[in-house]
Amino acid sequence: MSRYVIGRIGQAALVLWAAFTISFVLLQALPGDAILIKFLNPELGLGPEQIAEIRASYAADSPLPVQYFHTVANFLTGHFGYSIHAGVPVGELILANLPPTLWLATLGLLLSVVLAVTLAALSALSPLGWLRYFIQSIPSFFISTPVFWLGILLIQVFSFQLKLIPVINPGPWEALILPVLTLAVPISAPLAQILMRNIDHVLTEPFVAVARAKGASHRWVLWKHVAKNAFLPTLTIGGILFGELLAGAVVTEAVFGLNGLGGLTQRSVNDQDIAVLQAIVVFSAAAFVLINLTVDLLYPVFDPRLRVRQGAVA
Amino acid sequence: MTIAVNIRSEPADVSKPPVLEISNLAVSYRGSDGFQRVVHDVSLQVRPGEVVALVGESGSGKTTTAQAVIGLLAENGKLESGVVRLNGADIAGWSQKQLDTIRGSKISLIPQDPTSSLNPIKTIGAQVAEVLQIHRHGSRREIDARVIQLLSRVGLSEPELRARQYPHELSGGMRQRVLIAIAIALRPALIIADEPTSALDVTVQKRILDLIDELRSEYGTAVLLVTHDLGVAADRANHIVVLKGGRIQEQGPTAEVLASPRSEYTRQLLADAPSLSHVRTASRVRSQRVRGGDDAIVVENLVQDFTVGGRRSVLRAVDGVSFTVQRGTTHAIVGESGSGKTTTARSIVGFQKPTAGRILVDGIDVTSLRGENLRRFRKTIQLVYQNPFASLDPRQTIFQIVEEPLLNFDPLPREDRARKVRAILDRVGLPPSVLARLPHALSGGQRQRVAIARALVLDPQVLVLDEAVSALDVTVQAQILALLDELQQGLGLTYLFISHDLAVVRQVSDTVSVLHNGRQVDGGPVEDVFLRPGSAYTRELIDAIPGQRNTDSH
Repeated sequence: MSRYVIGRIGQAALVLWAAFTISFVLLQALPGDAILIKFLNPELGLGPEQIAEIRASYAADSPLPVQYFHTVANFLTGHFGYSIHAGVPVGELILANLPPTLWLATLGLLLSVVLAVTLAALSALSPLGWLRYFIQSIPSFFISTPVFWLGILLIQVFSFQLKLIPVINPGPWEALILPVLTLAVPISAPLAQILMRNIDHVLTEPFVAVARAKGASHRWVLWKHVAKNAFLPTLTIGGILFGELLAGAVVTEAVFGLNGLGGLTQRSVNDQDIAVLQAIVVFSAAAFVLINLTVDLLYPVFDPRLRVRQGAVA
Repeated sequence: MTIAVNIRSEPADVSKPPVLEISNLAVSYRGSDGFQRVVHDVSLQVRPGEVVALVGESGSGKTTTAQAVIGLLAENGKLESGVVRLNGADIAGWSQKQLDTIRGSKISLIPQDPTSSLNPIKTIGAQVAEVLQIHRHGSRREIDARVIQLLSRVGLSEPELRARQYPHELSGGMRQRVLIAIAIALRPALIIADEPTSALDVTVQKRILDLIDELRSEYGTAVLLVTHDLGVAADRANHIVVLKGGRIQEQGPTAEVLASPRSEYTRQLLADAPSLSHVRTASRVRSQRVRGGDDAIVVENLVQDFTVGGRRSVLRAVDGVSFTVQRGTTHAIVGESGSGKTTTARSIVGFQKPTAGRILVDGIDVTSLRGENLRRFRKTIQLVYQNPFASLDPRQTIFQIVEEPLLNFDPLPREDRARKVRAILDRVGLPPSVLARLPHALSGGQRQRVAIARALVLDPQVLVLDEAVSALDVTVQAQILALLDELQQGLGLTYLFISHDLAVVRQVSDTVSVLHNGRQVDGGPVEDVFLRPGSAYTRELIDAIPGQRNTDSH
C-alpha cells in the first residue's frame, strides 16, 4: 500500500470522527429530549419517580463527556443504542429502512448521470450556436427547481392527470419512478454544467488541434479525446453530489411517502430521537466518506499521470 | 567562428509546381464589435522539398495564416477571401468533412508546445497509431509495426517501451519527436511547423530542427515553418516571408532577405535579433568595466539539495557553484532547463537556505540571515521574473504595483511615495498615463518595464533578472535590454542575468557561468568563454545558437 492510500484512509477516518463529534455536540445542545417528549405525555400517567427511573436506564443524566466516550465505545463495537421512540435497536431500524433509500439513491444517481451526459453530448454535437446555447442553459433551470415542488408537480401530471402511475398501492417499481426522477433532475444539473464546461475547455487544448490535424472528425475527437479528459474532474463532483443525494432523499421520501432513511430521519427529528439521529448522521457520513475515498483511489486507474512512475525516463 | 559553414539549402527547383500556393488570403476574427481582419492579402508559394519561413512577432498573423491553410482556425475565425491551393486544388472553401480527408495524409502539423499537444491519458503508441487508423492504413498488426518503425525513425530510443508510455513520462524533446512521427506517418506533401521548437532548450531545438531537415530532404516534403526567431529562419529556410500586422512586409530567398532587406521593418528585425547581430555587438567595449572595484556578489561552493518523494531521496540541484560579480557589471548564469540556474538565483536572493557554501551580497552573508534581517535584505537585491503577464497582480493598478514595495519598508508620506513611483516610471520610459491602468491594458514590453520599475523603486544594489526578456518579441527585447544597459550605467547597478539564450548573454554580460546538471562547467569573461569554451557542453551550446549558417557573409 502506498503512502497515498494510507494518507487517504487516515483522512477518511478523521472526517468520520469529526462528523460524529460535531453531531453529538449539536444533538446534545438541543433543548428537551426524546424521553421527556415520549413519557411526559399525561395519558401515560407516569409519576416523576418513574420518569427518573427511565432516565437512569437510558443513562440520560450522566455527564456529557461520560456519555460521549460511552457512545464512541459503543459505536466502535457496532452498538448504536436503542430508539427511544420505537424501543428497538437503532441498527435494526436503519437496516429495515435502508433498502428503499438505497434504491432511490442508486437509481437517482444513475439517472442523473444519464441526464447530464445526454445534455452535454447534445450540446457538444449540436451544430447550431443558438441550439447549443439553449441546451447549455437547461441545467441552470434544473438547479433552481425545488425538489418538493418538482415532486408534487410530477404527481399532479403523471398520476392525477395522465393516470400513468397509480397513487394508491403502486407496485414496488412503479412507486420508484417519480421519486427517482424528482431526485435526479436537480442532481444532474451541476454534473451537466461541469461536464459541458470541461468539454469546452478540453476542446481548446492543443492536443485536440493535433488530433484534428491528423484528419479526425469532430465526433472522433469528442469521443476519443475529449470525453475521458472531460469526465475525469466530474468524478470528484460526483462524490460530493452524493451528499446532495442524501439531503434530497429526505424531502423526496416525505413527498412520496416512502419508508426509507429519509422518512426515518424526518420522524426522528420530530421525536428528537437522538440515538437514531446520531446513528443516521454517522451512517451517512460513513457512506459519503467511503464513496469519496473510492473516487480518490479510482483516479489513478483513469489518469496515468497519478500512477507511480514506471519505466526508464531518459 | 570556425564552424560557420555555409550549408544553405539549394534554391528550390522552380520548374516543379508548388505544393502550396496561397493568393490574396484574408482572415478575420469575430470580436465584440464585429469581424476584424487580421490577415490581409497574403500570397506565397511552397515548392516540394522547400522550407518557407513565415517570420513575425506576436500578433503578426503568422500562426493565423498557417491555421487557415490547414483549416484549423479558432471557432471565431473566418477565411474571408483568397485561394489556398494544395497540389493545384483550391481547398479554401472546403468543408471540415472534406478537409478531414487530407489532414494527416496530404498536409500535417507539428505544433508549438509539445507538453500540451499530446493527450495526457493515452499512450504514445495509441496517439501515433491514430493517424494511421483514421486514414485506414492497414490491419492492427501492420499499424503497430509501423508505429514502432516511426518512433525509431524520429530518433527515439527503445521505441517499444516508448509506445507503451504516457506523454508525462517523456521529456519535451522526446514528445516533439513523437509529434513529428505523427506528422510524417503518411508522408504528406506539406508539413506545417508552427513554432516547432520555441518551447525547447537550445541544444534540443537544434536536434529537432536537424531531424525535420533530414526527413524533409528524405521524403521531399515541403515545410511551412512558422517562427518568431529570425535565426531559426535564417538557418533552415530557402525562402523567408516577413509578416507584420497581418501584411507581408517582404519576401524572397533567405540569403537575399538577410543580406539586403528591402523593408524598414525587416532591417529593424535583423538589427534586434541577438543571434544575428552578435558579430557587431561583440565589439562593444564592455571589458573595461571588469577591472578593480569591489565585488557585489560572491558565491563560494554553493550546494543546494532538495528532497524528493517524501524523505526518500535527495536531489542535488546545485553542486559546487562559485563565482564573483564586480559592482556595476553583469554576470550571466547560462544553462538549459534543469541546469540549476534558477535555483542558484533563488539561493542568492535568500529564498532558500543553501545546503552548503557561502553567499555574500553587498558584503552581507545571505546564508546567516533570518527573520527581520532577511526581510531588510530585500532592499539590497530585487528580482524581475520571466513572465510579465503572470508576475503582475491583474487587479492592482500600475501605481499600486510599483508603490507596494515602498509600503513594506520605512514608511514614507503619501506624497513622497507618489513622487518616487512617478520618477521611477519615468526612468523606465513609461508615460504617467499608465499609472491608473491595470496590467492587462499594457503590452508585454510595457509590463516588463513595470516589473523593472517595481524592482528598482527600493533603490537596490543588485537586480536578478530571471529570463527577464525571454518571453518578449525581439524588437521589444532589444528595447528592454537597452533600458537595462542605460539603468546600469546611470545607477551603477549589478545584474545577475539568468538566461537560456546564449546570443542575448553574449550581448549583455561581462562575465558568465555555464551550468549543466547543477555543476559549473565553464566560467569567466564572456568573450573568453565564447571564443575558447572550456568544456564540450559549452561548445555544444554555442553551436546550437540558431542563425550561424547564413550570417558568415556579414
